[in-house]
Amino acid sequence: MGKMHIKLTVNGKEEELLAEPRELLIHVLREELGITGPHIGCETSHCGACTVDMNGKSVKSCTVFAAQANGAEITTIEGLGNPDGLHVLQEMFKEHHGLQCGFCTPGMITRAYRFLQENPDPTEEEVRFGMSGNLCRCTGYQNIVKAILAAAAEMNAAKEAAQ
Amino acid sequence: MIPNSFQYHRPDSVDAAVALLTQYGDEARPLAGGHSLIPMMKLRMADVQHLVDLQAIGSLKGIAVAGGTVTIGAMTTQHELINDAALAKAVPLIREASLQIADPQVRYAGTLGGNVANGDPGNDMPGLMQCLDAVYTLSGPDGAREVAARDFYEAAYFTAREDNELLVSVRFDAPKGGYAYEKQKRKIGDYATAAAAVLIEKSGGKCTSASIAMTNLADTPVWCAAASEALVGSSLDDAAIGAAVAAMKSAIDPQEDNRGPVEFKTHVAGVVLARAISRAASRA
Repeated sequence: MGKMHIKLTVNGKEEELLAEPRELLIHVLREELGITGPHIGCETSHCGACTVDMNGKSVKSCTVFAAQANGAEITTIEGLGNPDGLHVLQEMFKEHHGLQCGFCTPGMITRAYRFLQENPDPTEEEVRFGMSGNLCRCTGYQNIVKAILAAAAEMNAAKEAAQ
Repeated sequence: MIPNSFQYHRPDSVDAAVALLTQYGDEARPLAGGHSLIPMMKLRMADVQHLVDLQAIGSLKGIAVAGGTVTIGAMTTQHELINDAALAKAVPLIREASLQIADPQVRYAGTLGGNVANGDPGNDMPGLMQCLDAVYTLSGPDGAREVAARDFYEAAYFTAREDNELLVSVRFDAPKGGYAYEKQKRKIGDYATAAAAVLIEKSGGKCTSASIAMTNLADTPVWCAAASEALVGSSLDDAAIGAAVAAMKSAIDPQEDNRGPVEFKTHVAGVVLARAISRAASRA
């Protein structure tokens, strides 16, 4: 079966490509567009390493066909920050040792970004529940939770200062 | 894991979707949130030649609470069920159960319609809908028909839905009294080892009506009239709860799998039901 014409807005940039309907969003991002921040972990919708933001929702891009994403707005870790200007979540993960091997980190931060958009002042328990779709095999989660709580505090302080 | 090739369709109306399902018959499958179907396609356990994506059909979305009746469009996600204030007020049972389904990412994608229509015994919504005595509306080439949730499930993955029908909405009366959804699972994201949905009404300290449904303890959800009847007329004391648990245990038919042997699942079913009854009673 033939390829489909697919349009995506990825990190603010319009992209057009040809893909078979069966291609998964994670493969299109990594292999067609060279956006390798989102990782392929379990590839069975459990681990969350492939998490990207699609139309304002956190999705596991291993369980979305590129065809389903046709027309969507997508944000990956590359769209949140870069080495010259880290996102506050990236700063706080660094500050609080929220990563060790780093494999889960792009998914963690992309998910944490959406979580804090929806719940800007969460409790520790809410962070743990809101992040429960992302697995980490190194940190034991403690420092990830600390980093997200610290990022929330920073973001709220910045918002207050701006007012 | 890459699924086999298929042709992708994105109809913008129920009629157009039904026309595709009718044209392609058992080669076609409707796609809702995709978090059951896509993994099955990747494992090549589901053979789909025509994938009919329902995301563009606006009429399948939405939650209406009016005059004590709740109507929910099939493409409404679990995330939307959790965050709808009117629904949380009218039927807090839905929110309590939805928060126990899968994980946050999956709840943004997973839909009520997909969950009830898939026919997977592990899904939580079928038992919940049997507990609520919900009615499903199916649209087919000859128009719409209604099927009660309690009549919908035939066996694992076999339901009353025909290949050329689309489940478009779910309707039920907002229940009175107390409620509880109790689920035991190994980890977040897992299906239930055992789960119980319970509704209880009380008057003058006595239970006047009850509805009990169990999940993942047979190849269909188990709505258990005998367990409900064991509670009615009682003061919901330990003896009555024990009688309901005993009645439930003789209605379920769990199978051994990686969640444990039959004896363990039967035991867990008793624990979750007793907890659910107690919590529902305390809220009634």
